Amino acid sequence: MAGDGELKLLGMWASPYVTRAKLALQIKGQSYEYVEEDLGNKSELLLSSNPVHKAVPVLIHDGKPVCESSVVVQYIDEAFAGAGPSLLPADPYERAVARFWAAYLEDKLVAPWMRLFRVKTDEEMAEVMRQMIAAADALEGGLKQCSEGKGPFFGGESVGYVDVLLGGMISWVKATEVFTGAKIIDAAKMPLLAAWMERFCELDAARAVLQDVGALVETEYARAVQARFAAAAPNN
Amino acid sequence: MSSSPAVKLIAFFGSPYAHRAEAALCLKGVPYELLLEDLLRTKSDLLLQHNPVHKKVPVLLHGDRTVCESLVIAEYVDEAFDGPPLLPTDPYDRAVARFWADFIENKLTKPFFMAHWVEGEAREGFEKEGLELLALLEAQLKGNKFFGGDRPGYLDIAASMLGPWRSVVEEVTGVTVAKEEEHPSLCQWARDYSSNEALRPCIPDRDRLLAYFTKNKEMYRAGVRAMLQQ
Repeated sequence: MAGDGELKLLGMWASPYVTRAKLALQIKGQSYEYVEEDLGNKSELLLSSNPVHKAVPVLIHDGKPVCESSVVVQYIDEAFAGAGPSLLPADPYERAVARFWAAYLEDKLVAPWMRLFRVKTDEEMAEVMRQMIAAADALEGGLKQCSEGKGPFFGGESVGYVDVLLGGMISWVKATEVFTGAKIIDAAKMPLLAAWMERFCELDAARAVLQDVGALVETEYARAVQARFAAAAPNN
Repeated sequence: MSSSPAVKLIAFFGSPYAHRAEAALCLKGVPYELLLEDLLRTKSDLLLQHNPVHKKVPVLLHGDRTVCESLVIAEYVDEAFDGPPLLPTDPYDRAVARFWADFIENKLTKPFFMAHWVEGEAREGFEKEGLELLALLEAQLKGNKFFGGDRPGYLDIAASMLGPWRSVVEEVTGVTVAKEEEHPSLCQWARDYSSNEALRPCIPDRDRLLAYFTKNKEMYRAGVRAMLQQ
């Protein structure tokens, strides 16, 4: 049966993609062995389990690897279908709506955010921030559509697939707001999303798993952006 | 099940993404009406109303439901209608299919097609990358006719650009990256995909596709040059 067998998660503490996998495992009540990878010196297990991308997270279930965070989260939902709440709704149309917003957030929020660590000019920085804010604005509408007013989450009353994918990014969203000095999820403009973030952070799974924002701000990637744009960011 | 509301698909001729949605409908055996946009002119009110976020094809209309994004449509079709399964039933096999669809979408497509359209020195880098990635995908066929086994499924739909479109792009650009000797399984897969009985209604007419790409050749090259400058 898919539910039996050993679970191992290869990860890195700062990775928001790994956080997504951890959140899903917590929510589904699955215990697992966690292996912290040194991405500068990747383990044989990581390289052989994910030869295509050589990246984390990798979930190894009964010796079989699953890669790509969104694929991992869906796998956890399906392989442990009996355990805990379903992350994807039962209705095919509601599932399609959730998948649409999952694809949207990856393409329009996360992809620009990744570029933040490579931008070289103030203009490029401003453009990335503009894109992220525009995406958050659209996600406010997405949250309204997905939740159907039934609750604070994309999944309505309970946490769903989109909540987990976006939830994995929360500590980095907050860290990014700190080191850029700019608001991405602005409570005045995106009240549902701001409330979502607060409620999500109160969940047991979130408390157990979300990274400390200060620790992320101190990472070399965050410091590099902060150093490069110290002149551009307003003083806190 | 009571008689299903009408299914319509907003598409435009030549779009490989719209094709994926059609392929899902054909493989599942769902009758549908095709609403063709001419995207080189203005977008229709219907398209703008039903895909306000992206303003792109394909858009599936099922009764009063709207579904956007080609692979989201493929999963919706698989789940909302009765018919042969497009995705495997086992959770692990589903994860594998989704992984490779993501690989095609986010890793393979761009360098592979850039290797055909880009001219000059930059081409070599894209070709090298495209070939490495293509070899990884080729290995996934594992001696099967299709990624889905003996009939096409979700991953074949995701890979469809590597079939009819690849062949036409090779002819229009004069560049061949996926060579028969080096990628025999994929080249055979492309032929099997294009000639599959269930897919017949949605495989684009090759001459018409060729004419379309030939006509828009300079536009694609300009687009590619602009992308490289970013």
